[in-house]
Amino acid sequence: MDEIIRQHYDVDGSDFTRAGEASGKIKKTLKDIGFTPEAVRKTAIAVYEAEINLVIHAGGGEIDVEITPEHVRIVLTDHGPGIENVELAMQEGYSTAPDRIRALGFGAGMGLPNIKKYTDEMDIQTELGVGTVMTLKINA
Amino acid sequence: MKVSEIMKALNAELIYGEDFLDREVYSACGSDMMSDVLAYVKEQAVLLTGLVNPQVVRTAEMMDMRCIVFVRGKKPDEGMIELAKEKGIPLLGSKREMFTSCGILYEHGLRGGGHPYNG
Repeated sequence: MDEIIRQHYDVDGSDFTRAGEASGKIKKTLKDIGFTPEAVRKTAIAVYEAEINLVIHAGGGEIDVEITPEHVRIVLTDHGPGIENVELAMQEGYSTAPDRIRALGFGAGMGLPNIKKYTDEMDIQTELGVGTVMTLKINA
Repeated sequence: MKVSEIMKALNAELIYGEDFLDREVYSACGSDMMSDVLAYVKEQAVLLTGLVNPQVVRTAEMMDMRCIVFVRGKKPDEGMIELAKEKGIPLLGSKREMFTSCGILYEHGLRGGGHPYNG
């Protein structure tokens, strides 16, 4: 693989059952082009957590992927409420998710800590009432 | 432990995946919280859960899990079964509760894996 592969996904914020579709496709792409199983899984878990966040917290958003032979970079953009306290949100167990989300198996306050754990770089730019841009990088 | 052996041990029914009965499973994870499942990678694991929604299958997909067991008699809907087919993940259903199901598999030698506190 020599050239850079770019992908774009729109994530529907109204359909929880479809959350994870984009992550599944990204995972398959990385697997097909020969990323190591560890890099594939780390990316899949991180982007899946982030995609779930787009749906449960932000009313949907967009995912842009850039794959080079050295790394995969994923930018998740939403126009949701923003994250009030990023430091707090990064703590394991801290969650602002409502009970209806917990009933679906998420909202345990593990999302952002998991994303951090499985990525080599993670950056969050967020503004209340404007939205959030999260950039993830995983080395191949 | 093979999928077929898990099926027998838990007296479970095969919801989907006749082609995967010989698949080997090397560790196990029992939870209704998918966020917790995603926190610790287990190698080639079986997921036991009482949660039924498509994100259970998605979580198993992202974690490269080998099999899903629905406990407490929970039944996945058609959409979930279709998704499992698409992803090649066998589905089992057991009437036993989570604690009992996990205990039986532990007795058969399966362990948690992926976390320092797991035996």
